[in-house]
Amino acid sequence: MKQWTRKGKLVVAVIDRQEAAVLRGLVSQIDDMLKARQEDSPQDELAELTGIRTGPTTSPDDPILSRLLPDFHKLDPDNPTREDIDSAAALRSLHEPELLDRKIGVAAVVMDTCPMYGGEVRLSDEQADAWLAALNDVRIALGTALEVSEDTPDELPDDDPRAPNMAVYHWLTWVQESLVQALSA
Amino acid sequence: MTAPVDMEQTQSSPVGSEVVSEDRPWQTVVWNDPVNLMSYVTYVFQKLFGYSRDKATKLMLDVHHEGKAVVSSGTKEKVEGDVARLHAAGLWATMEHAS
Repeated sequence: MKQWTRKGKLVVAVIDRQEAAVLRGLVSQIDDMLKARQEDSPQDELAELTGIRTGPTTSPDDPILSRLLPDFHKLDPDNPTREDIDSAAALRSLHEPELLDRKIGVAAVVMDTCPMYGGEVRLSDEQADAWLAALNDVRIALGTALEVSEDTPDELPDDDPRAPNMAVYHWLTWVQESLVQALSA
Repeated sequence: MTAPVDMEQTQSSPVGSEVVSEDRPWQTVVWNDPVNLMSYVTYVFQKLFGYSRDKATKLMLDVHHEGKAVVSSGTKEKVEGDVARLHAAGLWATMEHAS
């Protein structure tokens, strides 16, 4: 894949077959995780009557989902106040259903616009913003799984079991960076 | 029979810490994260808040160097909406009372 370029109202890049398979595979895995979380949401008759959906009140146990669906307050890890805990629970319950919709929505845009066997990707600005958010979600998921920190070296030793996935992570970083540059130009 | 719940109880509330805390403005805080790209964070600040490139870049650098930055402030509803939009973009944002 070469860098994204602007062509009139569109941003365009050519993705090869293997890259398309990797990207689509990762996006659909995140999509599965988000949909599983969605199914865990409380379903009740009141919500169906009022149309007001309520999500779970607690952060997901899974570290990747928990990073994709953050709390609304920074809770003191040693001694969170009751007020903050209650408020964070209420805000999560209120906002998480829409956040899941939006994340599932941007994943769907990538699946709809990234050709399954590679080829040209042509995006409107709105679709490009969806790609940026979806790429970010995938990078957060991989970065969390790989325990990426500020100190992580750019290249891991070849015998490190994380090396192949780290290469994918860096490729996704490049794809996102290039897309931001094309949109900012 | 029933009656609507009285939503406005401020008149009968004593002037105490709770009332003061309700009146205090809220602020949106974005936290540093080893994954998010500096260029993307700047782009999101420009896009979501309409900030100039210079202002968005300064806030991004504050997040990067200081570990966090206040990126917007206002009523609870406004800040809640800002945090929700930042979460959708994949940034680590929280809300707190302005100190």
